[in-house]
Amino acid sequence: MTYTDVLRKPAEARRRRSATLLAGCTLTALIALLAVVSLVWLPYDADDTSGGRLAGPGDGHLLGTDKLGRDLFTQLMTGSRIAVEAGLGSVTIAALIGVTLGVLAAFAQGWLDDTLAAFLDILIAFPTLLLAMLVVAARSATLGSAVLAIGLAQSAVVARLVRILVKRVLAQDYVTAARTSGTSWPRTVVGHVLPNIWPTLVVNLALQFGLAVLAEAGLSYLGLGAPPPNASWGRMLQEAQATFTTAPAGALAPGILLVVLVVGVNLVADGLRDTLDPATRRRRS
Amino acid sequence: MTLLDVRGLTVRTDDGRTLVDDLSFTVDSGERLGLIGESGSGKSLTTLAVLGLLPDGMTVTGSVELAGTQIVGAPEKRLTAVRGRDAAVVFQEPLTALDPLMRVGRQIAEPLARRTGLRGRNLRTAVTEALLRVRLPEPERIARAFPHEISGGQRQRVALAMALACEPSLLIADEPTTALDVSVQAEMLELLDTLVREREMAVLFVSHDLAVVAAVTDRALVMKDGRAVEEGPVLDVVGAPRAAYTKALVAGARKLESALDLRSAR
Repeated sequence: MTYTDVLRKPAEARRRRSATLLAGCTLTALIALLAVVSLVWLPYDADDTSGGRLAGPGDGHLLGTDKLGRDLFTQLMTGSRIAVEAGLGSVTIAALIGVTLGVLAAFAQGWLDDTLAAFLDILIAFPTLLLAMLVVAARSATLGSAVLAIGLAQSAVVARLVRILVKRVLAQDYVTAARTSGTSWPRTVVGHVLPNIWPTLVVNLALQFGLAVLAEAGLSYLGLGAPPPNASWGRMLQEAQATFTTAPAGALAPGILLVVLVVGVNLVADGLRDTLDPATRRRRS
Repeated sequence: MTLLDVRGLTVRTDDGRTLVDDLSFTVDSGERLGLIGESGSGKSLTTLAVLGLLPDGMTVTGSVELAGTQIVGAPEKRLTAVRGRDAAVVFQEPLTALDPLMRVGRQIAEPLARRTGLRGRNLRTAVTEALLRVRLPEPERIARAFPHEISGGQRQRVALAMALACEPSLLIADEPTTALDVSVQAEMLELLDTLVREREMAVLFVSHDLAVVAAVTDRALVMKDGRAVEEGPVLDVVGAPRAAYTKALVAGARKLESALDLRSAR
């Protein structure tokens, strides 16, 4: 057991739960549960069209079927999996590239600093959709391409945030104090800088997760996401568009789940901010 | 033996202002030098320059030799080796000088582990001892606390323990008592004095407060607008100031003192 482990325990006990965090976790967990279950069990096969076209709820189909006779609930479950994968994948890419780039940019000085800042601003201004189309053109229309495109676009946003946060921490006395006691730069970054930007960063990453899910739905809607027969919420919306007046369930169901997941992670982000922010934590303890 | 040899130190900003102008002084090992001056006189910049820690956008010329190592223009790697081992700093604002998200014990453990190579249980014992040495009650509890959970005086003791954990040959104290209230100030000065004497450490004590400097140092250097105005044994500087600026400083301190005497006499 290291020194840190011994010291850390009481903090966990003191950490409070926030109602927002709880609500957010519940909503997110609901979708996550659907996604996890879809990995091991689905009511019907993804390409099972035995259900009859646009059947209503009931008769072995919980939410009815789509215009090709596929079970809607099965598609929703697969869609949940894809949404969660898209969110996690994009955020992972965004975090890895964004944090690395942001920390490096924060240390850059003079013209290099200006250049990097301008480069990040241009990347952020570059439309995600256009980037996604480029990636899809270069590779193929798969979930991986969509995730890569979204992740790259978001890494610029994360990098810009990290650059500012790191710069602010580097100006603090405790960094100078660590430096005066002979701590090397890498150790200072790992020991002092990253922990101090972590609360803000993790809240932002949670928000990025929600945005990534929305972006993936948007790309799928345009046919740039996961290919059939894997259903994505975005493509379900697109397919149900023509029959919305006669069979609204096909469009409403994925729409509602999309809202549940995005609102869920946003609430989680809000709740995390309350629990992690050193300022509020200071006031509580 | 000369521990710190500063010669012709000049610090300029990129836009051409001179913040420290041709400053020269030495600190022998075991000697205690006070650096006196009002805010903006370049005292703190001097201490940062001694460790090669000046902020970006400032250029240094001259020579700073710390324990035989030239600091001005030295590569980062050499500076990291010197910092902590040859000189450590106690800063003015103890709240900002401690990492708000790191437990106090770990902040002391870091330099301690680097110097001694201790780990695990031994390191924890050493941290407790370090906290006891700066006369902190309940060292185990304080080691587990975050900086915001302890008082200002305790924080400054922790900062002192951090600096001492490096066992530096030169302790740089940058206004270490300014942020504390008067009663805590006296205790802190006394503690600093004792600990430094025990270790025969050299001290560079930076303050705007004449009385404080006179209490803990042997020699004093008075600075104004980045220049040395007067230098000599601290009691001479305070008792019989030669430079007009020092006279004004001393007179100011006297005036305050007699005003306070008057009040307490009433």
